[in-house]
Amino acid sequence: MAQPSKRDRYWDPFIAGTLLGVLLFVTFLLTGHGLGSSGGVNRVLVALEDLVVPRHVDTTPYLAELAGGERNPLDHWIVWQVAGILVGGFVSGWLRGRVRIETRHGPQITPQRRWAFAFFGGILMGYGARMARGCTSGQALSGGAVLSAGSWAFMLAVFAGGYLLAWFVRRLWQPGADA
Amino acid sequence: MGPWELNIEFGRIGAALVYLLIGFAFGFILESAGFGDGRRLAAQFYWRDLTVIKVILTAILVAMVLIFWSTALGWLDYDRVWVNPTYLWPGILGGLIMGLGFVLGGFCPGTSLVGASTLKLDAIWFVAGTAIGILGFGETVSLFNDFWHSSYLGRLTLQDWIGVPAGFVILGLVASGIVVFWLAERLRRRIYGGTDEH
Repeated sequence: MAQPSKRDRYWDPFIAGTLLGVLLFVTFLLTGHGLGSSGGVNRVLVALEDLVVPRHVDTTPYLAELAGGERNPLDHWIVWQVAGILVGGFVSGWLRGRVRIETRHGPQITPQRRWAFAFFGGILMGYGARMARGCTSGQALSGGAVLSAGSWAFMLAVFAGGYLLAWFVRRLWQPGADA
Repeated sequence: MGPWELNIEFGRIGAALVYLLIGFAFGFILESAGFGDGRRLAAQFYWRDLTVIKVILTAILVAMVLIFWSTALGWLDYDRVWVNPTYLWPGILGGLIMGLGFVLGGFCPGTSLVGASTLKLDAIWFVAGTAIGILGFGETVSLFNDFWHSSYLGRLTLQDWIGVPAGFVILGLVASGIVVFWLAERLRRRIYGGTDEH
């Protein structure tokens, strides 16, 4: 393999993991809870839904809990935190010259195919994350660190699901000739 | 003693700024670890690159040790820390569905936001899909509300569940973590040789 350029050079995983662990601890110390992502996306979406179809939001119990009546779904810590993720990711990428419009796909498939699978995978991810009441951030990382039994069971299930399907879709990610 | 009451200590605006800063650090670390690249995340499922398991497991172990250490020192009150309540089967089924989505789409919700913030089109498509999935859940959860609230075990921790002091669980997890790192790395070297693809 060719020498990786600065663009492709990332932090050592153990250093990144240690920093992430310290951040997670500081978050618990300051706020009493951990990190999150999908919950914030959920609140932004429910807020949009509340603009378009407020009556529907008020009459669906799951949605009404977040945005029924006068409740503002955006008035929650996780919304600020998710906004921070976007800014932090952008700044990190920008400093290393990684902010550019491109598609990162396995060499055996076309960008269009990658988009289709990313979209479909995203649907499953969003649906599953709400069913599990949290994603890799809110359940696996945060719940794992405070030893929640359900979070550890959840984490094993995520990896199990991924490894179960991996072999069948290996063409998506396999190295090899360009498509 | 922590956790602090951010809204009281810093006011509403101050608390929002703290959360913005926490999110900033979170996004910055994820991007710096290479988690904005779906190929790198998916490679975990083919044993080509073990960055994902190394970062996640290290983070959990470090945070866990610091949380219980500071509790022992009286800096943090573990009983007031939010522990995700266990809804066992919805959590497992949701996790399985997410695993399928992970290997098909190459991201999880947090990492897709990081990918999208650096303008990766695949990540932006993934975020759009996540939005559809989340909306779809809100519209369909009423069909299986009983299941979604089933197997509720409350604030169940590993130490309560196994029935040993937290210290033993922590020691066991740190030890198994090190074994997992070592075994996984050996296996990866056997299959692909060299180091992680970065």
